[in-house]
Amino acid sequence: MVTEKDVEHIAELADIGINTDELGTFTHQFNAILDYFDVLDQVKGDTTITRDLTNIMREDIVEPSLPQNEVLKNAAAQEDGFIKAPRVM
Amino acid sequence: MHELSFEPDDRYNAFLAVCKKAPYGKGKLSGIAIAVKDNISTRGIETTCASKILKGYIPPYDAHAVELLRQSGAAIVGKTNMDEFGMGTTTENSAFGPTLNPCDTNRVPGGSSGGSAAAVAGNMVRMALGTDTGGSIRCPAAFCGIVGLKPTYGRVSRYGLIAYANSLEQIGPMGQNVSEVSTLLQVIAGKDRHDSTTYDRPYNHNPVADIKGLKIGIPTEYFGEGVDPKVAGVVKTAISRLEELGASTVPCSIPSMKYALAAYYVTCTCEASSNLARFDGVRYGPAADSKKSWHDAYKEVRKAGFGTEVRRRIMLGTFALSSGYYGKYYAKAQVARENVKADFARLFSEVDLIAGPTMPTIAFRLKEKSDPLSMYLSDILTVPANLAGIPAISVPCGKADGMPVGLQIMGRPFEDERVIDAAYAYEQAVN
Repeated sequence: MVTEKDVEHIAELADIGINTDELGTFTHQFNAILDYFDVLDQVKGDTTITRDLTNIMREDIVEPSLPQNEVLKNAAAQEDGFIKAPRVM
Repeated sequence: MHELSFEPDDRYNAFLAVCKKAPYGKGKLSGIAIAVKDNISTRGIETTCASKILKGYIPPYDAHAVELLRQSGAAIVGKTNMDEFGMGTTTENSAFGPTLNPCDTNRVPGGSSGGSAAAVAGNMVRMALGTDTGGSIRCPAAFCGIVGLKPTYGRVSRYGLIAYANSLEQIGPMGQNVSEVSTLLQVIAGKDRHDSTTYDRPYNHNPVADIKGLKIGIPTEYFGEGVDPKVAGVVKTAISRLEELGASTVPCSIPSMKYALAAYYVTCTCEASSNLARFDGVRYGPAADSKKSWHDAYKEVRKAGFGTEVRRRIMLGTFALSSGYYGKYYAKAQVARENVKADFARLFSEVDLIAGPTMPTIAFRLKEKSDPLSMYLSDILTVPANLAGIPAISVPCGKADGMPVGLQIMGRPFEDERVIDAAYAYEQAVN
């Protein structure tokens, strides 16, 4: 059972942003969905997952990449050839 | 280079972007109009995943599958509508309005590749690319009365597919008939050095209408609770047609089906919460306010840019991976997933193919599935193939209440050829 406070906390962790008036609906829906997920409690054991894939390595040689202007083309905020990001401190 | 004029009468809202003059070259698909789902990157053509958060995004490179299409001479004529980031079963979760089902415009085309299915079913194109994470090619194929294949995981490169749940999803072909689906798979299948999960298993097969001597398993779970008896009846008639064509059928069971859907939704939401973390308005999308602090700026962009279903799934995945819950949800879901794989492996040691309905019902009416859980439940018959990574096709097999019904045929990993042959044999027999 998750509460509105839990949903608020999850939204915070996910940087998703949530309005107070949305909390009730999301909480109600999450509880219905999580109730359904409880069927997984019946699953026995813990299998080690194996995949028949191996790591694919290549020599560390520089290959052609996108030119700087192409990389910047979709960035909404730029300065002096760099992408401008929100402050982290 | 030549140009194909393409100005469809898009009364179904199948397209998000149209290339009125689509360039094409020489090759197997020379001059053939192909529509591409909007979560597959197309160099120079806006690619939004039907989300406001990618409005205006022009990919600087082609997805590998798109590059192969271009090399084969195809004309990429447009980008098709979908549930935002592939999250949905109706194509109603698009930021740019729902796509309508060409068979009945009061109904949904299915999803999430609903735009691709409607473009094919509405005769705007013969073939389209879709993507299938939990049924997103097969569901709209069934609902719109066309053919759609989810290839074996690893058969088609995911390079340039904007990731939603990368351990489950595959790009695949959709077409008006099995031959076209097969032709499209010939072009897009094969190893790609940019996707380390691809195998060197090209597809060079032409469909053969012969299923004599094949053994087909019919899982009881595919005709159980929640499956509309009319749909079940249509599919049973189709299966008896396969018997007339020389296949034998045996009842079988997939016990892990009881937790397959939960395992699927836990896995895909967890992967989504990680994959969609990149949408923060910095490298692409609407600008994050660089004067605000990191978390505040991201929250603002993501709340405004993502639709409700996407936010719901990101939060569900974040919760299922969060401290104290990982063992209860994600870890258990992976064990359940292995059980689904083991069930299929066991069955495929006894049978060559497995058949049943693609969807438990016909296409829903618009706005019929307003509750998220009830929409999730409608994916019950398609998600097992994604969990197991096996090939699965949906081929039209008749109608219930005037709407198309899809016959789903699943096969062993990398036996896409056999799955296609069986669908082809059925299609040739009924047409």
